[in-house]
Amino acid sequence: MRRKDFIEHVGWTGAGIAWSLSATGLLTTERAEAARPFSFVQISDSHIGFTRPENPDVAGTLRKTIDAVNALPQQPAFVVHTGDVTHLSKTTEFDDAKQLLGTLRAPLIVLPGEHDVIGSPKNFFANFARADAPSGWFSFDQGGIHFVSLVNVFNFEIDGKLGQEQIDFVEKDLAAQKKSTPIVVFGHVPLYALYPEWGWTTEDGTKVLALLRRFDAVTVLNGHIHQIIQHTEGNIRFATAAATAYPQPAPGTAAKPGPLKVPDDKLLSVLGYRTVELATGGGTKVTDRALG
Amino acid sequence: MNKLIPSLALVALAFALRGAGAHAATPPALLPAVLTIHIKDFKYNPTPAEIHVGDRVTFVNDDNEPHTVTATDKSYDSEGLDTNNTWQHVYSKPGTYKYFCELHPYMKAVVIVTPAPPHKEGASS
Repeated sequence: MRRKDFIEHVGWTGAGIAWSLSATGLLTTERAEAARPFSFVQISDSHIGFTRPENPDVAGTLRKTIDAVNALPQQPAFVVHTGDVTHLSKTTEFDDAKQLLGTLRAPLIVLPGEHDVIGSPKNFFANFARADAPSGWFSFDQGGIHFVSLVNVFNFEIDGKLGQEQIDFVEKDLAAQKKSTPIVVFGHVPLYALYPEWGWTTEDGTKVLALLRRFDAVTVLNGHIHQIIQHTEGNIRFATAAATAYPQPAPGTAAKPGPLKVPDDKLLSVLGYRTVELATGGGTKVTDRALG
Repeated sequence: MNKLIPSLALVALAFALRGAGAHAATPPALLPAVLTIHIKDFKYNPTPAEIHVGDRVTFVNDDNEPHTVTATDKSYDSEGLDTNNTWQHVYSKPGTYKYFCELHPYMKAVVIVTPAPPHKEGASS
């Protein structure tokens, strides 16, 4: 091979890796091409029942989110809500949330946030239980992706904790997957130590991350912190989502976490949802979309 | 201001009203308490708090974020206290009661309950 050709080849390959995260050959590319139309939507942290000035109409902003998703030119395969559907786990809040979310055109998957299981997960399960997930966590395959949906808010004394039973499930589940299979993980609290001082971490998340490192392309999607933050560790990409209810301060920029008041005409610009598509080569393309 | 005073009777009343289609009942007045513990800036204050057996404690959430008062041994739980919500609990046995916020588990505090003082025992006998 001539030097010029070699450089061109390396450049092409390098661009391919950068684009797809895991492109290693023709087979991967062919699989990705076949799955290209697949997409799904993530929404998070709707806090139905919240009435404070930071957003006195959380039902209205969730409705606006749903309208935007329903108006997408290509409907997603499903919509996943990554937790804190309600503010205080009240029956009336779940009733209102379920009614609103029931207007989505696409199938709905709901994970619990810590605000959905105050006192007990009973109300959450009464509204959003899945037959295939008696403990709350589950996995499935769709669009060429292996999805793992985790629960890190059930432990009573530690907000971000998975527990050994769930970690054992993940270990067994991932053992059956090929290295080249794109993996997408859902959770509510960040799986990595995003800002432990405010509880924005999963204490035993490193155990699951260790199980994920062997895969070519992993995307971890969560909510909880009400802002978009992306972070990469090797082949694992983390993306926290904006809320549909209200923003929170950036890590360490305030004395404490909690609802952040922004000018009324700016609120919709910090709320939103995201579309996720399978990119060429097996990675994911995450696109965050503000409500205004 | 919403005020919550959970008890078996009140829970039963709440369910009865819910069944009748009412979602909000007028909160009952607070009973006299020997101590008020404020929840502010993600901290319980005071802690440790020292009281006697039979004393009633009022917890007030002064934060703009909801919190709970949840016993570590799960013997009592305020459930969600929104901003300005109030909850009361009577400590009927001596001991050291650790509690925390279920929504922010790094918030921890202690109530120390000692036997009733002698003059109270004499007054009741």
